[in-house]
Amino acid sequence: MTPLSQLLPGQFGKLVSLNPDRAVDQRLMALGLLPGMALKLVRRAPLGDPLAIEFGGQVVSLRLAEAESLIVDVAADCPVQRPKNNS
Amino acid sequence: MSAKEITVALVGNPNTGKSTLFNALTGLRQKVGNYPGVTVARKSGRCDCGDGLKVELVDLPGLYSLAAASPDEQVVTDVLLGSLEGSQQPDAIVVVLDATNLLRNLFLASQLAELNLPLALVLNQADIAHEQGLKIDTNLLSQRLGGVPVILTSAWKGEGIASVRRAIAEVLNKKTKMTRLTWPSQVESALNTIVQAIQTDTSIAPSNADAQRILFSSNAHTSDRLGWSQSQRISVIRQARDQVRAAGFNPLAAEPLIHYAHLRKVLEGVVSGGAGKQGNAAALDRVLLHRVMGPILFIGIMLGLFASVFWLAKFPMQWIQSGVDFLKAIIAPTLSSTPMLQSLVTDGIIAGVGAFLVFLPQILILFLFVGILEDSGYMARAAFIMDRLFSWCGLNGKSFVPLLSGYACAIPGLLSTRTIEDPKARLATAFAVPFMSCSARFPIYALMCAAFIGPLYGPGWESVVMVGMHCVGLIFAIPTAFVLTRFILKVKPQPFVLELPRYQMPKPRDVLWRMWQNAAEFISKAGTVIFAITIIIWALCYFPRDAQMAEKIKTAEPTLNTQELQARTQAAMIEQSWMGRFGKTIQPVFDPCGFDWKITVGVLASFPAREVIVSTLGVTYSIGKGAEADSQHLRLAMQDAKWTEGPRKSTPIFSLAAVLALMVFFALCSQCGPTIATLAQETGGWKWATISFFYMTILAWVMAVVVYQCVIRLT
Ligand SMILES: Nc1nc2c(ncn2[C@@H]2O[C@H](COP(=O)(O)OP(=O)(O)OP(=O)(O)O)[C@@H](O)[C@H]2O)c(=O)[nH]1
Ligand SMILES: [Mg+2]
Repeated sequence: MTPLSQLLPGQFGKLVSLNPDRAVDQRLMALGLLPGMALKLVRRAPLGDPLAIEFGGQVVSLRLAEAESLIVDVAADCPVQRPKNNS
Repeated sequence: MSAKEITVALVGNPNTGKSTLFNALTGLRQKVGNYPGVTVARKSGRCDCGDGLKVELVDLPGLYSLAAASPDEQVVTDVLLGSLEGSQQPDAIVVVLDATNLLRNLFLASQLAELNLPLALVLNQADIAHEQGLKIDTNLLSQRLGGVPVILTSAWKGEGIASVRRAIAEVLNKKTKMTRLTWPSQVESALNTIVQAIQTDTSIAPSNADAQRILFSSNAHTSDRLGWSQSQRISVIRQARDQVRAAGFNPLAAEPLIHYAHLRKVLEGVVSGGAGKQGNAAALDRVLLHRVMGPILFIGIMLGLFASVFWLAKFPMQWIQSGVDFLKAIIAPTLSSTPMLQSLVTDGIIAGVGAFLVFLPQILILFLFVGILEDSGYMARAAFIMDRLFSWCGLNGKSFVPLLSGYACAIPGLLSTRTIEDPKARLATAFAVPFMSCSARFPIYALMCAAFIGPLYGPGWESVVMVGMHCVGLIFAIPTAFVLTRFILKVKPQPFVLELPRYQMPKPRDVLWRMWQNAAEFISKAGTVIFAITIIIWALCYFPRDAQMAEKIKTAEPTLNTQELQARTQAAMIEQSWMGRFGKTIQPVFDPCGFDWKITVGVLASFPAREVIVSTLGVTYSIGKGAEADSQHLRLAMQDAKWTEGPRKSTPIFSLAAVLALMVFFALCSQCGPTIATLAQETGGWKWATISFFYMTILAWVMAVVVYQCVIRLT
């Protein structure tokens, strides 16, 4: 159980919880980032912030401060599903 | 147009190809680009659906969810509810989905189903899906969703367009609706609680979709629209949300959770293949977003962009210039019998409009590059790279596109601020956009550099000054935005959720079309506003005429030859014209910036549209030299211009100090009527437009004084 902001670039995880009261998280949920979803921290921007995360076959940017309250379960063998829509 | 015209709305996630499909269906040309948020307002056009059925098709901004946050998204919900002034609820919805990411795209479709309107699904970008090896069973999907038409298209290639037309006709005919999901019973009863409470409180029967917005969204748009007051709703909503909680859902998360769970089942067995195929984005991003290479490439691309705008534009500019001169040379003799008309046509119209049109190539090339960056998918990456820097002054990576567009023209830049969710961050961005060195500022920089910096210091310094002038606005915009966001508006830290689209080869058709649209706007401006201002300024410079002027000068200085006499006469004429008198009256204000009365005239005449400066200088400086002007003429006239009185008598007017001060003034001054009007429109009132006008204008004057006074002491 780690905040998403602490994942290393290239590391995979599974979303455990987010904070539905925040507008950002509502947006992410609309994009399909829901608890149980596999995700990957693709990279950090050159200046360290924001982050690029991949889930459900899309890459989305997210600021570090917002990623702090997204809790993920880091798993060694939890690859992000490729854009298979029935994932 | 009758009131009963059938309207069909195109709705879908950003960047799925709605505008491309709209163009294919209507034969119109809407802006298209590979960046989420290209369309920011509703646009409509006629679409022929066969059998004489013509519908009004509406292209809308993209959105991910009906819980709208930004104003461009709000437009969509307003159109869908028919609550926008002068529009009715659409008769049918065409949902445009990205075939490569059906699950996410169906979330919006599933929300739209709740509106209970006839609906068709278009799975666009089928070519990409095919490339990725995805197979989509459209029949199965259609069957699972209650028989709504499901069509695979490649809008860009024009594939499947005929089927879309047929599908529109079909859903209008049969009123086919998409199956709505079955809400868990507690949620259903929570929705009913809300519907009933509204019915009792306002005697309006709200739709199910309205009740969902009220139950699931944290904003109050829907309640306000229905006139359901705070005091009435607060306890009802709390009670309804408790019911949702009892079902084990967080009310604010329930909607996506339930929809996505439902859609996963709907999609079971619909999509196959595609596993293991990587998109192109990962490999390119490794380089373009690399910690070291990324910023280097970014700076390189930006420098390359501006450098090529310069160097590439050079040659066509020369051609236009020679064309203008040629035209003048041909027309002038034919009008020699009527000197006033000759002056109007050659000094006024041709010189004025010509001086303006010369900059068309630069505008074309700048828009070409902006189009290429956007359509390739790089623009979203640029926003990603720049977000950190922008966040420092309270803005957001999404401010990058408005600001970069501002370098071409402030107006598209201001319109693209609509993709920014937070109203305060949007306002701060909009306030910064007019500072960007738009292409209308090019003319004066180019003239000054070509006439003074280049000849005096060489082409190296010419480029340095050019680049410098393009940074001046930015340098002042940053602290302005910082103060505005931190201390005045107190903007809270912004979320920055931007989808990074896949890379693609820029499509020449889309890019060229966008370039042409912008150019056409520019040309029509030259034909109307600039034309009119040119004539007015010419007239103010030409009248009143003193018929005895030549005689007076001859008596005072009998030694002058004919040519000198003519020149002196015309100079004297312009000096005592209306414009001359006006400029002389105001000149003391601009004296500390080193502007003479002719420049003052130019500055004043440029307030409606700053590019007028070049044509005004053309008029004020060329009338004094007779009609046989050539392309070097204005430059020479300015190089020769000297102070005729005061402490600076017989020193050049265009000293380095004055040239720099003039450019800095134009870099910062708010001189564009359309920008002010757009700013007022986008910020919802004249307050900020007025503040922007005075702030920029006063800042411009102060900085011009500072530059002039410093440089004059150093040189
Ligand atoms: N390969 C492929 N690309 C497409 C297709 N349709 C659209 N595109 C591209 O997708 C990008 C987005 O197209 P737009 O039509 O601007 O998308 P939109 O949905 O109007 O986007 P917004 O206005 O930002 O919401 C452009 O670069 C198009 O060229 C298609 O069928 N195949
Ligand atoms: Mg569009």
